[in-house]
Amino acid sequence: MGVRKTIYWFFVPGLLLYLTFFIYPTLKGLYYSFTDWDGMSETLNFVGLRNYVNVAENTIFHKALFNNLKFMFSVVIVQTLVSLVLALLLVRNTKVNIGLRALYFFPTILSSAAVGFIGTYLYDPNSGLLNAVLNQIGLSFLSNNWLGDPSIAIYSVAGIQAWAHIGQMIILFVAGLHGIPEELNEAPRLDGGNRWQIFRFVTWPLLAPAATLVIAYTTIQSFKAFDLIYVMTRGGPSYSTEILSTYIYSAAFQNYNFGHASAASIYFLAIIALVTFVQFKALRSDKLPN
Amino acid sequence: MVSRILRKLLLLMYAIIILLPLLMVAAATMKNQQQFYMNPLGLPSSFSLENYRNLFVDQPMIAYFSNSIIVSFTAVLLLLILASLISFGLYRLSNKFAKAILVLFVVGLMVPSQVNMIPIYSFLRDMGLTNSRTGLILVTISLFMPLSVFMISGFMKSLPREVFESASIDGAGEGRMYMQIAIPLAVPYLAATATFLFVSVWNDLLFPLLLITDKSKMTLPLALLQFQGEYSTNYPGLLTGVVIISLPMLFMFLFLQRFFISGITAGSLKG
Repeated sequence: MGVRKTIYWFFVPGLLLYLTFFIYPTLKGLYYSFTDWDGMSETLNFVGLRNYVNVAENTIFHKALFNNLKFMFSVVIVQTLVSLVLALLLVRNTKVNIGLRALYFFPTILSSAAVGFIGTYLYDPNSGLLNAVLNQIGLSFLSNNWLGDPSIAIYSVAGIQAWAHIGQMIILFVAGLHGIPEELNEAPRLDGGNRWQIFRFVTWPLLAPAATLVIAYTTIQSFKAFDLIYVMTRGGPSYSTEILSTYIYSAAFQNYNFGHASAASIYFLAIIALVTFVQFKALRSDKLPN
Repeated sequence: MVSRILRKLLLLMYAIIILLPLLMVAAATMKNQQQFYMNPLGLPSSFSLENYRNLFVDQPMIAYFSNSIIVSFTAVLLLLILASLISFGLYRLSNKFAKAILVLFVVGLMVPSQVNMIPIYSFLRDMGLTNSRTGLILVTISLFMPLSVFMISGFMKSLPREVFESASIDGAGEGRMYMQIAIPLAVPYLAATATFLFVSVWNDLLFPLLLITDKSKMTLPLALLQFQGEYSTNYPGLLTGVVIISLPMLFMFLFLQRFFISGITAGSLKG
């Protein structure tokens, strides 16, 4: 009641920009996916579902999808476990803990370009920090060509992705832990429960919403990764770190096959939507964007 | 007792995992190439800022900085204004129209930028807006609009409706309610949203990479990527670039830690 018509003007400038530079191009991308456009020429032909068939049959696309899953699972596992353990250790709001949380959080605010170069330097087989440390502490048999060896390169990048984002997940877990009433931890302790039992039967079930949130966010974030791969490996060596986003990027801007790249990006969107849908189902309704 | 030591040990170990790479990067920027390759783990023999000087001499660093500052500040300021207007409109209307608009933004939240990067690039090229900061700013605003609207309207929802009803009865127009009631109340939320957006825009790589090719228009992360080609065998030079683009964030983080952490956390909850 009492809302004046002038309120509709509040939407105009923002919506105009959003429709022009977001919604319209997104729909245009859907259109390109049915054409043979190379991104340059004046003419483009409608080719029906040919791009979709080509993408679906492309072995590098398969590899990219598989790498995407490898990357996602390793980031999710490492990031969730490490941040959970650290959050449990840092749950109390002492000065030291707050300081450590801030320190651990810091890499989150670095540009992924900067993080990518830090990673490249760490993993350099000759002058990198990781091999130097391994040699120094007598574990030189573990030293490796971290980004040059196709069998491990994707995990090396995943390690840097986790390094950069664990601090953010610690904050989410700590917030979840702070939401658990103190009495619920006190009572079982008085009843003689050990730490593991308290964690297993009291803390963990109550932490489930925070854990779901962390896992959901990390899944989407790592599935959409682009910058780190682009900076550190460009998808190589021999496509071992090619993921969907780098596949789309090189199809469009290196091979100038906009139609093919657009079809691949529609597949990408469908996969992301599927993953998101499954997770929204798993999440509690109060954690959904409102 | 044992568990307390174990706890401290774990925390210390992780602090080393975070700090050691950062400190080694900082140390590398003070070494010349010979020192760096001869003794990658050692401390720099003297604290030479030669690499920093070289970078500012060889590269248009001032231009990179001003581009990043112009793009980030303009985009964030406009995002706050446009998204708060929309959020206020959604809050006031809460009818079918508002629901439809919300759906339009939910769609935007679901579409990753890798999906529309191709049509956005070709659209901007057709408009003659590639290689321009204006084009980059317009795209950035549009990309972050859904998230900004969600973050700000999440707060607006919590405002008591009675305040606006009585203001309306007293004859206040929508514009006055927005300026004099909604915005002042929203300041802390706008600040958290602003830090989140600022970090995201300042650090963005993908769209500058797509849209900007002129050195004079590049933002810092994109410029850093250029150094990769130019300094391919010069790690100290490359890492100096890493430190230079990270320093502004480090200082802001030291002063605005709370906003950073709450903003980024809120951003990740909604995103």
